[in-house]
Amino acid sequence: MSERANDRAAGAVKSVLRQPLIRSFTLSLIKMDLLRFITAGSVDDGKSTLIGRLLYDSKSILADQLEAIERASKSRDDGEIDLALLTDGLRSEREQGITIDVAYRYFQTPKRKFIIVDAPGHIQYTRNMVTGASNCQLAVVLVDARHGVAEQTRRHSLIASLLGIPHIVVAVNKMDLVDYSQDVFSNICIHYAELAKKLNAHQVTYIPMSALNGDNVVDRSTTMPWYEGPTLLEHLETVGIDDDAEGKTEERHPARFPVQYVIRPQTAELHDYRGYAGKITSGLFRKGDAITVLPSGETSTINAIEIAEEHLDEAISPMSVVLHLATDVDISRGDLIVRSNSQPVSTQTVDAMLCWMDTKEFKVGNKYVLQVGTARTRCSVREITYQLNVNTYEETEDVESLKLNDLAKVVLRTAQPISFDPYQKNRATGGAILIDETSNVTVGALMLVGEAG
Amino acid sequence: MKLDYLDQLESEAIHIMREVAGQFERPALLFSGGKDSITLVHLALKAFRPGKFPFPLVHIDTGHNFQEALDFRDDLAERIGEKLIVRYVEDTIREKKLKEPTGRNATRNGLQTFTLLDAIEEFEFDACIGGARRDEEKARAKERVFSVRDEFGSWDPKRQRPELWNLYNGRIHKGENVRVFPISNWTELDVWNYIRREKIALPSIYFAHERELLIRDGKLMATAGGVIKPEPDDQLVTRRVRFRTVGDISCTAASESQADTLDAVIDEIQATRISERGETRMDDQLSEAAMEDRKKGGYF
Ligand SMILES: Nc1nc2c(ncn2[C@@H]2O[C@H](COP(=O)(O)OP(=O)(O)OP(=O)(O)O)[C@@H](O)[C@H]2O)c(=O)[nH]1
Ligand SMILES: [Mg+2]
Repeated sequence: MSERANDRAAGAVKSVLRQPLIRSFTLSLIKMDLLRFITAGSVDDGKSTLIGRLLYDSKSILADQLEAIERASKSRDDGEIDLALLTDGLRSEREQGITIDVAYRYFQTPKRKFIIVDAPGHIQYTRNMVTGASNCQLAVVLVDARHGVAEQTRRHSLIASLLGIPHIVVAVNKMDLVDYSQDVFSNICIHYAELAKKLNAHQVTYIPMSALNGDNVVDRSTTMPWYEGPTLLEHLETVGIDDDAEGKTEERHPARFPVQYVIRPQTAELHDYRGYAGKITSGLFRKGDAITVLPSGETSTINAIEIAEEHLDEAISPMSVVLHLATDVDISRGDLIVRSNSQPVSTQTVDAMLCWMDTKEFKVGNKYVLQVGTARTRCSVREITYQLNVNTYEETEDVESLKLNDLAKVVLRTAQPISFDPYQKNRATGGAILIDETSNVTVGALMLVGEAG
Repeated sequence: MKLDYLDQLESEAIHIMREVAGQFERPALLFSGGKDSITLVHLALKAFRPGKFPFPLVHIDTGHNFQEALDFRDDLAERIGEKLIVRYVEDTIREKKLKEPTGRNATRNGLQTFTLLDAIEEFEFDACIGGARRDEEKARAKERVFSVRDEFGSWDPKRQRPELWNLYNGRIHKGENVRVFPISNWTELDVWNYIRREKIALPSIYFAHERELLIRDGKLMATAGGVIKPEPDDQLVTRRVRFRTVGDISCTAASESQADTLDAVIDEIQATRISERGETRMDDQLSEAAMEDRKKGGYF
């Protein structure tokens, strides 16, 4: 996809193999920020064990929780404490020794706050991985050192790329089972870097580890002196996630406000009060800004910005606020307020990347409800432009239908015009979901691309 | 201008509450009198003022609550001028001829579910907002923000809907309902820090005070209201304690503490090596999957 990502991936391999990474602590010391990351990779590659190890070695597990998993581990054959039990909390997960749905864990170090999302590797539960990944800035893709890159490693990497996750860590795990061999690690890195060329990640970092024994998770491994890069925690604490670094320009962060709810007290003293409640999903609004309401195209000016009756001169994403306009405009839930100088794409025929998450087939002619921001409209499938092969990342044309977990580019025709920004430019305003009209279930994740040609 | 993580969590919670207002016809906010639901009320004020809440507050009263929490509940509802609906487990027991759990560690906590499901049916609630957090318990760590329940209120952890970005899908069939958790991503410490920052008032029993307790299975249980009947081998003591969570008297243990200010409470919580539920809740310690099983039965 991008040349730059490709060079960086190759560069990253070289840098871990040959020289210590130069890291800067200055940025993160200024203020405590929040990193959301997810584990990914094939079944049994050690994702849950890794999260358990990360929490255990960073002393983030409370005494009673540790006792509880020690007790649960006793019923196992080997009697060793099973760190995966920290996230595998469901009865069936414990019985089967696999992860079924994502678990969320929260922890912090002096440098950063983290939200960890532990995803299932099993292909049947891919939709749960997609759920967890959608809000993450980083994915730790595990690879079993014995088996190398597997189909599910490729699928998850492709999903991470489609979802626009900027940072990838390739955790080559179970190094204890391959004698901590540098050759094995290097080969997997080279192999993955080939793959990464076709992906969108800004940055790929490679770390050899043993989640079971704790090598290079929190503590530096003594068994792999040839590796001079950061441990996983060091990397998580320092990886650059500051959105500001990319500049809060109008182009990158256009001002967007999907209206959720209209506040109209209709009491004697607040008779004319009419406030539009919502969350700024992107950019900045100021009092006095000229705005446009979509899809109607009506225009007005922002009179006041309010949070719980407190007035502000400006507000930025992701603040939840109330907007007041200078003129009476017909606005209700589902409308999008934007600054007039930065219009989004508005169309009824849309190109989108689709991650299909239902057992029923997705076919041309099928109808669904599409939800983008707070707007919902019916849509029908015009075309399946191509399907992405999860192994080769090649595009296959002339596809009749899509099955569970298929990834594709599609064209949809909507009943009402929808307004959005291309997802790869703006993750906050370019995502949409498809809802099955009869089951009401969310069946598709859409990364909107633009108006179909 | 830059938002810190408390601002981010607050905004996320307000957004979720407004989604409830926008997507459902008859929502409710389940109010227990504890710090998490008091925080929810504060967030609802931020989400909907100067308008009224688009939902009533609903309390399922086991009849075994701390008087301080009940007084606080009534005061709060009056102070903010919002509607409060109370439904009593006592009534459900009588009407449904339920067998009340008996014995040493009997609790009505489990029976709450019946009363809750009845209230949902009575008022045809299609969404119930609750203050559960994912950091509380391992089954909760798995639940969606919009958690769809069937007509029996039952949670099916194997069939959760995908939930992407900040797009919540609250479409349901008649008879189903959605449990909504706006503070899913908050930790116990986040809640306390937010309470301090926003100067939110709490029932007095969250702060250190002297009271009579009995020591049972190593836990300090309140004798208040005569809910827990002392047995011959129970030791009666007077201690300076506070409650880390406020729930049903029969299953909420106290912690010895000198922390009588918010700052002191936060210091204690920061230093503790025991989880909130581990320290205070008897109901979770019954079995390995106690919470998951209760949720499958319609509980929060
Ligand atoms: N030898 C060795 N075994 C490991 C290592 N990491 C994990 N394992 C073992 O691999 C098995 C699977 O680990 P999990 O952590 O459950 O794997 P997972 O990736 O979370 O699996 P799913 O969530 O079901 O996809 C367990 O038996 C672990 O003990 C490692 O570094 N070395
Ligand atoms: Mg797992």
